[in-house]
Amino acid sequence: MAASSPSIANEPSTRRAERSFRSVVLIAAISMIVLLVGVIIILYLDARPAIERYGFSFLITSDWDPVFENFGAAPYIFGTIVTSVLALLLATPFAVGAALFISEYAPKTVGGILSFIIELLVAIPSVGFGLWGLYVLAPFMRSTVDPFLRNVIGPIPIIGELFKGPTIGQDLLTASVILAIMILPTILSISREIIAQVPRLQKEGMLALGATKWEMLRMAVLPYAWGGIIGAAMLGLARAIGETMAVTMVIGNSSRAITPSLFTPGYTIASAIANQFTEADSEIYFSAIVELGLVLLLVSAVFNIIARLLVRRMNRQPGGAQAQ
Amino acid sequence: MTMEQTSTSALNTAVAATQRQALFNHEEARYLRRKATGTFMVGLLTTLTALSVLILFIIVAYITISGIGGIDLAFFIDTPKPLGETGGGIAQAILGTFEMLIVGALIAIPVGVGTAIYMAEYAQGRLASIVRFCLELLASLPSIVIGVFVWAVVVRTFHSFSGIAGAIALAFIMIPIIARSVEEILRLVPNSLREAGLALGVPRWRVIIGVVIPTVLPGIVTGIVLSIARAAGETAPLLLTSLGNEFFNFDLSKPMAAIPLQIYNYATSPYDDWHKKAWAATLVLVIVVAIFSGAIRFTMRKFRYVR
Amino acid sequence: MSNRKLLAAVASTFFLSLSIGFAFAQDATPEATPIAGSGMVTGPMEGEAQSLNGAGATFPQVLYTTWFSDYAKLTNVQINYQGIGSGGGIKGVTDGTLDFGASDAPMNDKQLEDAKATCGGNILHIATALGGVVVTYNIPELDASAEALKFTPDTLAAIYAGTITNWKDEKLVADNPSLAEVDQPIAVIHRSDGSGTSNIFTSYLKAVNTDWATNVGAGTSVNWPTGIGQKGNAGIAGAIKGVPYSLGYVELAYAEQNNLPEALIKNAAGSFVGATGDSVTAAAAGVALPDDMRIMIVNGEGEATYPIAGFTWLLVCENQTDAAKATTLTRMLWWAIHDGQAYNQKLGYSPLPDAAIKADEAQILKIMVDGKQALPAGIAQ
Repeated sequence: MAASSPSIANEPSTRRAERSFRSVVLIAAISMIVLLVGVIIILYLDARPAIERYGFSFLITSDWDPVFENFGAAPYIFGTIVTSVLALLLATPFAVGAALFISEYAPKTVGGILSFIIELLVAIPSVGFGLWGLYVLAPFMRSTVDPFLRNVIGPIPIIGELFKGPTIGQDLLTASVILAIMILPTILSISREIIAQVPRLQKEGMLALGATKWEMLRMAVLPYAWGGIIGAAMLGLARAIGETMAVTMVIGNSSRAITPSLFTPGYTIASAIANQFTEADSEIYFSAIVELGLVLLLVSAVFNIIARLLVRRMNRQPGGAQAQ
Repeated sequence: MTMEQTSTSALNTAVAATQRQALFNHEEARYLRRKATGTFMVGLLTTLTALSVLILFIIVAYITISGIGGIDLAFFIDTPKPLGETGGGIAQAILGTFEMLIVGALIAIPVGVGTAIYMAEYAQGRLASIVRFCLELLASLPSIVIGVFVWAVVVRTFHSFSGIAGAIALAFIMIPIIARSVEEILRLVPNSLREAGLALGVPRWRVIIGVVIPTVLPGIVTGIVLSIARAAGETAPLLLTSLGNEFFNFDLSKPMAAIPLQIYNYATSPYDDWHKKAWAATLVLVIVVAIFSGAIRFTMRKFRYVR
Repeated sequence: MSNRKLLAAVASTFFLSLSIGFAFAQDATPEATPIAGSGMVTGPMEGEAQSLNGAGATFPQVLYTTWFSDYAKLTNVQINYQGIGSGGGIKGVTDGTLDFGASDAPMNDKQLEDAKATCGGNILHIATALGGVVVTYNIPELDASAEALKFTPDTLAAIYAGTITNWKDEKLVADNPSLAEVDQPIAVIHRSDGSGTSNIFTSYLKAVNTDWATNVGAGTSVNWPTGIGQKGNAGIAGAIKGVPYSLGYVELAYAEQNNLPEALIKNAAGSFVGATGDSVTAAAAGVALPDDMRIMIVNGEGEATYPIAGFTWLLVCENQTDAAKATTLTRMLWWAIHDGQAYNQKLGYSPLPDAAIKADEAQILKIMVDGKQALPAGIAQ
């Protein structure tokens, strides 16, 4: 047989088209790397005075004083980590559960309506969430949820430390709750699409072997979709880390103590930047705020790496376009 | 048979019968347990979904109640009136949001989908990993930092706040969402589909465009709609790029209004009347995005391929 | 196919509504109507720029947008103002991305130095209004008819420093007998975001209390020793309403609009004064104003002076490069410090005293374009 068969795929024009297509998408992908590098460079240039002046202490001291020019971002870092992790833990079960329900249990039209409704949450501007959180959620937490948690879980040793102390409703816990509500639709939308992609063959095979519906989901659908769901969760987490407006209205904005209790007012890096950027009036102050942006990228990168290690341990899904 | 043999075989039969019975009981118990788990899970999943929907109703109800009083025809066709005068609206903000979202989407969709295609279809493990890492970091940037970046690169360079800078900032927000969600969805298309196309002699790029993408088109559209809905509600990046405008302006090279900016202005003022307008504007934003995404979803409903 | 038709229907409805919007937009050019009593800027002028962009402080935002809305009716010029923060305003006017800026805090020497390079000269501070910062509180036991609480500089500083923690403290009761039975911790509230209001408030505390000056200082953002932070005046107003036994500070307009109680503060002359339009204007009258108008006027002299007050300024480059824009800018500034002052009081701000208006006039006359005075002849009668 001839080495190269006379098919369309081997004609020069096709090869050209193939090469151009490939280059175009390659450029798109590389531009992402360029963009990130660009952002880091610009941030670094503006942050350099602060980096040189404060060095490592920026990350571990707790004093944020623009007047006397001491800048320590530890409470901000702590607040960011606590609120985003907690938001993810709260949102994911709801998101994945609802995604499973909509894809697998609900009748098609009902499922369509349900997912449309939940995705409306994405349309609500952060300002709207912030105001709702301030006027509705925070008082509700203060009057109902917080006392309940304090009385029921407070007395339990170790875990109880999370729920100690007086509350005014504006604290790390409320901020985590509102973040969870905000990232729920993102995780849900993408998970739903992922779950819908699982080939029928897998599912029907399982059922043919006598599995119950839930067992089929657990053993055929979830393992297949797991990687994609983690991807959705990471996107949700990214939003939680970077959210400013809604958080700053319910978190209490206090950067003094780092305590284990979720009832203490806190502060996140993103809201610190948003609150103080437009009013920074000295060069070192401005630098310190930009450095916060770099620190946020650092926190995000660390989360990312941890998530990847976790995923690798759980094995990537089969059937995807590229075998990893 | 002898007596012994008969009794042994009877005994064997009896033992076997008991074993079968025990096995049957065990099986039945296990079956009941599995069934119970299944029922429990259905209940749990239903509850989770119901709660998710409930929280949405609470928030939307609150926005509607707070905002419905402020909505009238003037709201949609007038520019803001100063304090003390009745009426006025956010017309210039509605048009500005549309214009910047459309331009931003025109930038973001090709870049985002292109990146996703590269990562899912072409990339060797390493490069795909790096690009994914970059995307996730970009997705976690607070919107104000994105605003600062676009301000430094576009506004400062051209010495003017502008609608195009705002559109670029919005695109910046949309791209990571589109790229990551579309990539995840493309990954789940089984290789068998691609191989079938390639085996027929179809060039690779046509396999992607003609086979892979249509299979998951609803999913791609979901990702795009998600990113547009998100970008529609962002305030901080627009504050530093398109600035906002009290007057009508369609010129992308000049400051342009947007609904979230108007909401922010109204919400942070001391006046109850303006607070009502802020809620009204929030409601309008939600409704507009809802109509937009609903229309797209409705159009796409016939496309879900059965496999 | 029905899907295509549906998509076409949706798209055409969308574009139809957009065009309706465009059509209305064309009709939105306002009629020029002169505003009675000005005598200086009476209508449109040949050759002036038809639009300007300015941004900065959020405090005067309502005032400026009201001004510019009526100014557009008078002269057909569209001046767009957005509240992005004083820092943003300063940056904008410094690097030329804005035609003018606005700030609640005067630029410091370093910022002015840096601006000289990009702005071609000085940045002039034109004071446009005065604002008072009100101390407000929420004590359920005191109803609307109760007397306003009185605070001295020392008690106020001590509360915010965290040394006075209970409403029943003897120092507070000394001035306010009604607090004797209120045994509750004080929920102290301050601003979380950088703000001119905080700047005025902390400048006051710094001026009247040496401990505060040494430990905390003044600025748009400080390291508050105690209390929780709320975003914006709206945030503090909301928190005061929602949290019993709380104490905070807001602009006068917010206190008035939200019916919040307003405390009386002991001024430098020893009287307990509340924030009113007059007492805030008096705050500027009791201080010697420098030529460049960069001054904080807290704790001013005078019996009727309210001690926690400050100017807000519009910032413009002394040396303009665009003649048309310079004409528009200077005419607008002249109108603002004269005709515009009639709007201040009803919007919750205070009008400028005469001395300030005179000082502003002198500065506006300094604005140059192409080597000549930018303000058109005949305006400065």
